[in-house]
Amino acid sequence: MSDFETVAATEDQSARRGVSGEPGTPDRAGRPGRSRSLAGDAWRDLRRNPVFWLSLLLVVLVAAMAAFPGLFTANDPRDCVLSRQHAGPSGGAIFGYDFQGCDTFARAVYGARASLLVGAFSALITGVIALVVGMLAGFFGGWVDAVLSRVIDIVLGIPLLLAAIVLLKRVSTSGETVRLLAVILVLALLGWTTAARVVRSSVLTAREQDYVAAARMLGAGNGRIMWRHILPNALAPAIVVLTIALGSFIAAEATLSFLGIGLKAPTISWGIDIDAGRVHMRESATPLIVPSVFLALTVLAFIMLGDAVRDAFDPKLR
Amino acid sequence: MLRFILRRLLQMVLAFFGTTLIVYALMFAGQGDPIQALAGERPVTAAQRAYLTEKYHLDATGVGGFFYRYVNYLGGLLRGDLGQSLTGRQIGDILAAAWPVTVKLALIAMAVTVLFGVTAGVIAAIRRSGVFDHATLVLTLLVLGIPTIVLAPLAQYFLGVRWPIFPPTAGAQPSFRALLLPGIVLGSLSLATALRLTRTSVTENLRADYVRTARSKGLMRRRIVGVHVLRNSLIPVVTFLGVELGNLMSGAIITEGVFNIPGVGFNLFRGIRTEDGPLVVGIVSVLVVVYLLANLVVDVLYAVLDPRIRYE
Repeated sequence: MSDFETVAATEDQSARRGVSGEPGTPDRAGRPGRSRSLAGDAWRDLRRNPVFWLSLLLVVLVAAMAAFPGLFTANDPRDCVLSRQHAGPSGGAIFGYDFQGCDTFARAVYGARASLLVGAFSALITGVIALVVGMLAGFFGGWVDAVLSRVIDIVLGIPLLLAAIVLLKRVSTSGETVRLLAVILVLALLGWTTAARVVRSSVLTAREQDYVAAARMLGAGNGRIMWRHILPNALAPAIVVLTIALGSFIAAEATLSFLGIGLKAPTISWGIDIDAGRVHMRESATPLIVPSVFLALTVLAFIMLGDAVRDAFDPKLR
Repeated sequence: MLRFILRRLLQMVLAFFGTTLIVYALMFAGQGDPIQALAGERPVTAAQRAYLTEKYHLDATGVGGFFYRYVNYLGGLLRGDLGQSLTGRQIGDILAAAWPVTVKLALIAMAVTVLFGVTAGVIAAIRRSGVFDHATLVLTLLVLGIPTIVLAPLAQYFLGVRWPIFPPTAGAQPSFRALLLPGIVLGSLSLATALRLTRTSVTENLRADYVRTARSKGLMRRRIVGVHVLRNSLIPVVTFLGVELGNLMSGAIITEGVFNIPGVGFNLFRGIRTEDGPLVVGIVSVLVVVYLLANLVVDVLYAVLDPRIRYE
């Protein structure tokens, strides 16, 4: 892990060039006699990795589902008629109806939005906290580092699910937006520590580089050095960690909703549907299986994506 | 060594106060009516209100009042007095009845992890880049990526209801057979991590100088792997398993809830469902302490097992 961070941090300048200039990469790589950068190598690896493309495809698919659910199903997930309880497939409802007589497939499609919103925003807030804390701890060192590292230790020592239960029990409103925000904030508040450690360690390496000393000699202040010279180095490893974290935030949201303290009824969430399907699994299993498969594939897609990118950047595996 | 243990103990005490203060503050401090916050969306009867006011000394106000109540709660926690749940049962009694079941489940999960995870990890490392290696890596990625709320109900449906190999739920006095499927589900997560950890660790050690020396001495391969490599490779695995045991105690909320196993996690699950605030706070406090203790034991164990490791 730490080797990866170090390398990714020092090679990041080229990494950003390589990734942002994707179209140009192949002919640069194809030019004879020119040594490729680590990012070029990583991109070549990724391009040939079917796991990378598969997970990317899944992520794009789920994102499209969250943004435009109407494209995937014509049915209204809230149009529930009890007379259709556990009815078989018909009229666009390809997986039939659940216990309440709602379209199982439509509910699974519309469930993507809440999951992705929670995952994306928790990861975003986590990223901001991690960058600020990791940057301050790594750059200033000394007592700032000591204090912040102890804070990280303590937060890391709190079991996520238990703390989320305690925190969310305090949110007694059932307004949809408020609950969504609460879940996002709780997950971000508890989940930023790993990313902060990653940022801190890459800042520690970047701080000792010659170009930082050069910038300082030219009269750059702390703020400018942190923003222009060190931040770009800390970004790439942080993004990999955050991609994986996004997947686990989605799983955590579903788990909390499953327990009945995350998102609540009017909101459509895979966790709520899995719980509802579980109760009536003996009568009909599809309302349990469909949201389960959606959730598992989404979480897997993000974790595999992060895993593939990390492996591509890890020179030890070469 | 002694210095390290003392230092670690001190750290643990700090972490204990830190986390319990956070749990307590989140539960009771802040705006609004603390009793209503505790009871969630349920109405509170006058008797319950009077009981909770007296129990948590809510008539004292201000910062002093808060710390008074916190110290009071901490004292109760240390003495094992966790108060009553909203249904009137002693939380200590509920936990006493639930612990043996949870420990049994955790041990089954741990046995599954060690039996399959470590063995498969060693085989994968010896035959690195083989079919077995690739297959296990893909499999562990799948297991790591699938959340328990998917794994547990689906295992229950397919292996309990559709093809009744295992009993789908456990009753009040769960038998070993009834705990087997939940144990496998619970253990599968740590199984995947243990497998990957063993594989990495054994692979690294296979390249070490002492392995080359042993081989050039003419030792049999079985002895090299079984004695020399394994002993060195299992250090991180053992410590991981220690942390995992703590996690299993608290991570069983979903599994115990789904399979209806009357353990600690199940009681927490029920406490959340029935909006029983005191029960939730009581169980969470105890679980946090268990978690901290497990981490402490593991850290010390780590230093004992591997003399190269010193935290100074």
